Amino acid sequence: MNLPTVGDGLVPSRAGLVPSRCLRTESSGAGDHKGRAGDHNAPARARGRPNGPIMATIVAAMVAGCGPDEIVEEFIVPEPVENRHVNILYWQAVSTMNPYLSGGTKEIEAASLVIEPLANYDDSGEMFPVLALEIPTRENGGVADDMRSITWKLKQDVVWADGTPFTAHDVVFTGEYCLDEEVGCSADASFTDVEGFEALDDHTVRVTFTVAKPVPYGPFVGAVTPIIQAEQFKDCTGLKAPECTTENFGPVGTGPFKVDEFRANDVISFSANERYREPGKPWMKTVTLKGGGDAASSARAVLETGEYDYAWNLQVEPEILEQMLAAGKGEIVMGFGTNVERLVINQTNADSSLGPERRSLLLDGTNPHPFLSDPHVRRALSLAIDRQLLVEAGYGRTGRVTCNIVPAPPVYASTANEGCREPDPEEAQRLLDEAGWVPGADGVRAKDGVRLSILYQTSTNSVRQGTQALIKQMWQQIGVETELRNIDGGVFFGGDPASPDTYQKFYADVEMYTSNFQGTDPEFYMAAWVCDEAPGPDNQWLGTNMSRGCSAEFDALVDKLAVTPYGEQRFETAKRMNDIVIENHFLIPLIWRASTSARAKSLQGVRMNPWDSELWNIEDWYR
Amino acid sequence: MSGGGDCRRSGRVGEAMIRYITRRLLFAVPTLIAISFAIFALLDLAPSDPTGQLPLTIPPETRAQIRESLGLDEAFPIRYAKWMEQFFVNEPLNLIERAFDVEIGDSDSRTRVISYATRSPVVDIIAERMPQTLWVVGLSYVVGILIALPIGIVSAYRQYSWFDQVGTFVSMVGFSVPTFFTGLVAIILFSVMLEWLPSIYDTTHRVMDLASFWVQIKQIVMPVMVLAFYNAAQLSRFMRSSVLDNLNLDYVRTARSKGIRERAVLLVHVLRNSMIPVVTMIALGIPTIFGGAIITEQIFRVNGLGQLLIVAIQGADIPMVQTLTFLFAVLIVGFNLVADVLYGILDPRIRYD
Repeated sequence: MNLPTVGDGLVPSRAGLVPSRCLRTESSGAGDHKGRAGDHNAPARARGRPNGPIMATIVAAMVAGCGPDEIVEEFIVPEPVENRHVNILYWQAVSTMNPYLSGGTKEIEAASLVIEPLANYDDSGEMFPVLALEIPTRENGGVADDMRSITWKLKQDVVWADGTPFTAHDVVFTGEYCLDEEVGCSADASFTDVEGFEALDDHTVRVTFTVAKPVPYGPFVGAVTPIIQAEQFKDCTGLKAPECTTENFGPVGTGPFKVDEFRANDVISFSANERYREPGKPWMKTVTLKGGGDAASSARAVLETGEYDYAWNLQVEPEILEQMLAAGKGEIVMGFGTNVERLVINQTNADSSLGPERRSLLLDGTNPHPFLSDPHVRRALSLAIDRQLLVEAGYGRTGRVTCNIVPAPPVYASTANEGCREPDPEEAQRLLDEAGWVPGADGVRAKDGVRLSILYQTSTNSVRQGTQALIKQMWQQIGVETELRNIDGGVFFGGDPASPDTYQKFYADVEMYTSNFQGTDPEFYMAAWVCDEAPGPDNQWLGTNMSRGCSAEFDALVDKLAVTPYGEQRFETAKRMNDIVIENHFLIPLIWRASTSARAKSLQGVRMNPWDSELWNIEDWYR
Repeated sequence: MSGGGDCRRSGRVGEAMIRYITRRLLFAVPTLIAISFAIFALLDLAPSDPTGQLPLTIPPETRAQIRESLGLDEAFPIRYAKWMEQFFVNEPLNLIERAFDVEIGDSDSRTRVISYATRSPVVDIIAERMPQTLWVVGLSYVVGILIALPIGIVSAYRQYSWFDQVGTFVSMVGFSVPTFFTGLVAIILFSVMLEWLPSIYDTTHRVMDLASFWVQIKQIVMPVMVLAFYNAAQLSRFMRSSVLDNLNLDYVRTARSKGIRERAVLLVHVLRNSMIPVVTMIALGIPTIFGGAIITEQIFRVNGLGQLLIVAIQGADIPMVQTLTFLFAVLIVGFNLVADVLYGILDPRIRYD
């Protein structure tokens, strides 16, 4: 595991303070007790922080793990005040500790304290081994030459928190658990094209694929697909999966913490896993992960009142955030991953007078949008937008202008579209004039009786509504009329085929939302925009090509990318695909959004990771 | 009146009351079934998707599979019948089994009402949340009553005095300013500026000694007072008008002319009669305690039943919403009955025929 380089420099004495737990007393020296003794002195209550029961938990854990002699010794040694408890706030409460049954970010990240995958992404997007010995590549023979299998070598001597050894059978079990269709596994996209899993020996696992996989790092990589214990979940497969409440709320893991108490949709108490494989870690003894409320009050609890040490996902207006930062109690941590707020331009006719058999359906291209099918109009719409203004108004330091739909990692980020950074309404007007769209008496351009009047929808969220209002003004300046609409996020992003308001149905001309991709390879993400994936009744509206835009060149490149190995050619292919989408203006990227959280100033070692769980390195957090 | 006559009369009243209660309870059954159907149908008709809040990185096919695993692809009548069986048969049986540690029939194959979000039994989560809500919202109700009654009485007795004027103003403010505003103001004042009180309620806190009791007081005072202020505003107005109605009645003049002390006139004669409508109000308001104060719980992160309901609604956790709203319906029907019965006890003129 990567150590925080900056943090290590700041606290040179840290290694000396790191304790082992009592269960390992044979290997622990006098220094080990110092850290723990500090806990007793920490006057948590004096700071008005309500962690009385946590103190009790610590005491109870020590009584359970330590002999009486040691406890006496600990009380004798006077130590500086040290708070080894961390309070984390997620404004969306965690519903379960089994990410396979939920798929929500909050569940995945909470579970990442307890259960771990074979490999993770670090904060720069690089893969590093967690439970694996090394990352399998073609060079080290881990990935077969035909790219149809990957063989993971596992670390020896890793034990579960209950003391039993971690083996390849646990990995195979986890894979089969998720592939069981009756589970309704939320991570099954990570297991796309998997043929099967095989434990070659206790510490070697082979995953075989039905097709050649140039990037075979889907299964067991990243916090989405952690390894669960076969012994614990053996009676919880298939239809029985949701019934195992005890198991799903308290999985046994190999990670730095274990679940002490889980209260669904409320709060989770963790304590350090004394069998964690890295000696002396985690530095924190206990963790409380509280849920509920909203983003702004979460930010306040860290930045203004200082009650909490870490608050997750703060989509808060920049001026409010800056005001809270002025209190000086905390800082913002950010990481730019692949989140892009974009406009999706409907290529099919979404007119409300059309029936469900035509409205927003591709119908092999016979149902084009009356004016958005004109490339000049789409280009003019993009040219008119001042993206820098949108960033300043709604995102501040947590957003950047982007002209690409795949903004990162750097090897995949195209440089061909930078022209969008400067708005050019004059050029937009010229394009529209040239294409025959002339302003009418009401200032709205029209051609052959078709007015440039746009219905623009997005989810309900104050930042998004602010952006909508600004874009409406910008479009008004080039003679385009806009009607704004916002829909509750649960409905908009919900796939209810009966609802006319989902983003898949797209009964509007333009819609706006943020999307991203998992891991660092955009193949799966971009393959979603092929022509065939246009949503419609034939695929129960489950299609993923929201714009309904079609490009033969793009579709051919999708097939090519699927067989191109990692390297220069792959990067170029992906960039070209990005450029095709941008040049056609099927999608208009607006803002590259950071993952944004807040930490208390006293909390060190936090490294925001937009590629994986934000809590990926919690074992290295310290004060 | 002779002792024997009194006895016979109260016996008749008792019988009449039991007959009345039985009749009302029987009427409640079809009412509740109709309510449960209405809730289920409304939830089913409303556009919602339990996978709607998942990250967009999860592809639509996976979402469809998740919905299928939740049983959402089944027809409406089947899902409703399943819920009926789970709620009215399986859950009570499960409760009995747990209370008496016995096994009735094949308890392993009996399905319980399972939440879509947590995949755990809904009733267990509700039981886990109940204490928080009863403590915070229940206490605020009691505090609200304790504030409202004296204010209402004094305002009525000294009508148009400065006390009445101030009381009217404060009640108007309390009644018209929503708790999400007073709550936020309280947090900014007491948590951010003065740093006296925590803004986040710790539901895992256990009172073990004086120090932890003090912590509990500190964390409970803001949500309780914000809610109590709101409740008291309504109730004190009601109390005031009820006392005013009674003060002008003949029996008050009679009592005064008999030479009864003013304090006794007010606190014995007037108060008992004025309490009749107020007690009804209080009884009818009790179900709202169990409903939790959705907004206040959310602001202070009390995470009781109100927060449970709002999270379930946002996440389209239909079994949770269905069960919670139905339980509230049961409570409302139940406390309506309690209010009617109390009315009769306080006012002997009321007959249950």
